[in-house]
Order: sequence, then C-alpha cells, then structure tokens
Amino acid sequence: MATSLPTRVASTGGSARAASTRSFTRSFGDRTILDRLDLDIEHGEFVALLGRSGSGKSTLLRALAGLDPETDGELTVEGTVSVAFQEPRLLPWKRVIDNVALGLNGPAAKAKAHRALEEVGLGELGGAWPLTLSGGEAQRASLARALVREPGLLLLDEPFSALDALTRITMHRLVLDLWTRHGHGDPAGRERLSVLLVTHDVDEALLLADRVLVLREGRIAYESRVAAERPRRPHDLGTLRAELLEQLGVEEGTP
Amino acid sequence: MSSPALDLGPARRAARERIRVPRASGLFRLVSPIVLLLLWQAASSSGLLPERLVASPVKIARTAVGLTTAGTLPDAIMVSLQRVAIGFAIGAAAGVVLALAAGLSRLGENAVDPPMQMLRALPFYGLIPLFILWFGIGETPKVALVALGVAFPLYLNTFAGIRSVDGRLTEAGRVLRLSRTALIRHVILPGALPQTLVGLRQSLGVAWLALIVAEQVNADSGLGWMINDAREFMRTDVIVVGLVVYSALGLLTDAFVRLIERRALAWRRAFQPA
Repeated sequence: MATSLPTRVASTGGSARAASTRSFTRSFGDRTILDRLDLDIEHGEFVALLGRSGSGKSTLLRALAGLDPETDGELTVEGTVSVAFQEPRLLPWKRVIDNVALGLNGPAAKAKAHRALEEVGLGELGGAWPLTLSGGEAQRASLARALVREPGLLLLDEPFSALDALTRITMHRLVLDLWTRHGHGDPAGRERLSVLLVTHDVDEALLLADRVLVLREGRIAYESRVAAERPRRPHDLGTLRAELLEQLGVEEGTP
Repeated sequence: MSSPALDLGPARRAARERIRVPRASGLFRLVSPIVLLLLWQAASSSGLLPERLVASPVKIARTAVGLTTAGTLPDAIMVSLQRVAIGFAIGAAAGVVLALAAGLSRLGENAVDPPMQMLRALPFYGLIPLFILWFGIGETPKVALVALGVAFPLYLNTFAGIRSVDGRLTEAGRVLRLSRTALIRHVILPGALPQTLVGLRQSLGVAWLALIVAEQVNADSGLGWMINDAREFMRTDVIVVGLVVYSALGLLTDAFVRLIERRALAWRRAFQPA
C-alpha cells in the first residue's frame, strides 16, 4: 500500500509535455500494477497504449485522470484532462445538451455545448434523452462532453470496444478528425490536443496513433512510432502489426 | 400524455409503439365490477343479505348523497385530509432530511442509521397508548402517528436510493471537475429520485392506514369518527360510505404520485405514458 503522497502537478502552462510520469507506481496490496513507470506524452501527440487485460492500462488512465489518489512517484499533467470512458456514462436524467454542458459555467455554456455536439455530428439530438440514443450516438455525445472543456489531454478508455464494427470505423474517423481540428490551434503547439488511447485492439492503435506503447507487468515493455501517413490501412503496417501482436503474446498463425 | 418536445426518429418511435402492452378497453374492464354490484343488490333486495351485515348498494349511494348534502361527509373529509396533509408534511420532511444526512456523509450514516433501523422494528400502531399519554387525545397524536408512519418508508428508500447511485456516473462527474455541491445536485439526488418516489408512494399508503387506525381509537371528527359513530347505530351504509371515501382518497394520492413520477422520470426509456 502506498503511504507517501503522490506528487501530482497540474501545471498551468509552459511545461514541455502534455503529460509525463517518473517512477510512477501503483500497488493494490501486494500486487504492483504500475512499476516505476516513465511515460511522456508530447503536446499534440496521439499515443496508443496497448496491453492485455490486467496489464495496468486502466490504472494508468485513472491516475492521469486524477481519479486515483493513492499512487507513488511523479505525475505531471498540463492543462485540463478529459476522459471518454468505455461506457458513455451520460447522466440519463439530463438531456444530451445538458450532459455536454455539465460543469461548464457562464452564459455561453449552452452555446458551447451545442457547438461541441455539432462537431461530433449530433447537432440535432441535443434535446434527446440519453437512453434513446444508439451506442454510437451516446459515445459521440461522450466525446463532445470531453472536448467541450478544451482539454490539453484527452484520455480515451477503450471507447469503441462496445460498438459494432461499422460504427467503430466511423468513430475512428471522427476521433482523428477531432484530433486534427483541435491540434492546430496554436502554432507554438501549447494548446494542441494530445490523446492517450487505451485499447487492446492492435489495428485500432496502428490506424490512429503516432506512437504505440505496450504495457506489460506495470512497465512500458515496447514502444514504436507509426510513421505511415494517415489515412492508413492496418495491413500496410504488417510488420509492425506482427511485432505488436508478438509483444502482446499473441502467436500469429502462418498464412 | 406525450413526452414533451422530443423528436425521436421514426424508427425509434416505432420501437416504442411495439413495447406498448395492448390495453383492454375501459368499458370492457367495467363489466365484472358491475355484475358484482348487481349481485350484491339482488342479495340485499331478496333479504339474503340483511342490512345489519351490510347495506345494499342503492342504500349506500343514497346515504352518500344525503351525507354530502347535509355537509357531514365533506366536513369529515376535510378534517381527515388535513390530518394526513400535516402529518405527511412533517414525516416526509423528517424522512428526507434524515436520509440526506445519512446518505451523503459517513458521519451522518453512523449517527442516523442505527437508531432509524432500530425504531423501524417497532410496531408503530402499538405506540398509540404512549402517544395518548404524551399528546392527549386531540389532533397531535393522530398527526404524530401519520408523521411517524410516513417518515420510515421515505427515509429507507431515499437512503437506499442515494447509496445505489451508479459509481461510474459519480466518477464521470469527478472527471468533469464538479464541486461536491454540483455532484450532489446533478448526479446523486437525481439518481436517488426513482427510489425516493417508490418511498413516497409507500409512505402515502402508510399515511392513510395510520390515520384510519388513529381515528378509530379516539376522535370526535373526521372519517374515522363518522365510521365509529355509525357502528354504534348499526348504520352499515354509513360505514361503507366512509370506507369507499378512504379508498378513493388513497387512490387519489396514488394518482398524484404517479403524476409526479411521469414528469420527474420522463427520461426513463421503460417509462410508457398511459
């Protein structure tokens, strides 16, 4: 059990990275889930974090989101952090637009929420109840709610894994589109949106990310840049794909 | 009643139609009660059912009209309604406030919940003798009994409702940097509302029961008094009128809660307007 207080610095500007950890450790009883982890996410970078179940992906994400007070080591996050969870987690008793505007202050909150909904293609559904949305629509609303606060770091916790294959393809395009659009606001790069996508889908990681990390036994066991131009097709990246699968302990059958 | 200003796509509207259970028409459902009433009237008219056991429907209806025009029934209803309303208001306020205290803080739970759980085990109609000793035989013991009966179902349900709010939603609220007050207001209280309304419905049922018991024991006005008084003169017609009014008032308050539910829980997909 961690006893010392974690160093969590929510700096307001000027730091070189969107997020970074040093010797970051999280234990549950005797089990060490994250073991002296060092991680850097650059401004504007799209990072995919792969790992098998129980590898500590979600633990790391929760810590970055500020949901876990019992950690050791250093964790620095610049600016606002937003999260889109695996389940959309919309409040069912608030209409979609009020869900997006939740926590925003000021008279412009509704207008901002409406713009965010338009951005994800739900401009017409602001007045709907969340329980009447399809899975894809609800996940879009969840993305709008995450982006409306203009975060520096967007954490995506397997947000597409519960969607059907076709919706997932559309959502991949949408996320890339949003990341691009929010990524070039400031030439100095400070306000560029960084994304950390936690997933267990190798193809998804290859399709979206600048850099792919594999988390194993609480540490970054493998790391690779994905240099290919977007839009990509996963099978263009056959070698890297095979390597990632091997890192994740999946043997590929001979074709 | 239609849900307000909500344009579901045609496909989804169709899906809602499909879940709707086919309803028997209102007239059709009235057949068996009418047959029973006719049988009852026939039994009374033929002398099979003597009036000292129960009066005939026609006699009861006449008595109801007579009691209404004489002002006896409206007066009794007003007195009883007032007792229920005051008792309910006190009990509901106490139940909800205690549930908030227990539900929203560990300290509150430790302070409030153990005594509430112990008191809940008391058969509270058994408290009437004590209440008479404490409060005399005026309005106070009747109102107090109603308040006590109302407080517990509301407390238990509201407390359970607060504690059963989906932790994933409160977590989402924390990620959105909601303050504690905002979290309570936007996430916890609305999340507890469905269960609170279940408690409201139970507590209104208890409120009428508690009143009936209290008014049977000692009263010089109200519906219970009217019924008790009628017993002494073997006026089964007046007794039945009193009972019918009790149940009508019970149904009325129940309909009132359903109206609240319909408005407050409009977000539920399972909810189907009647």
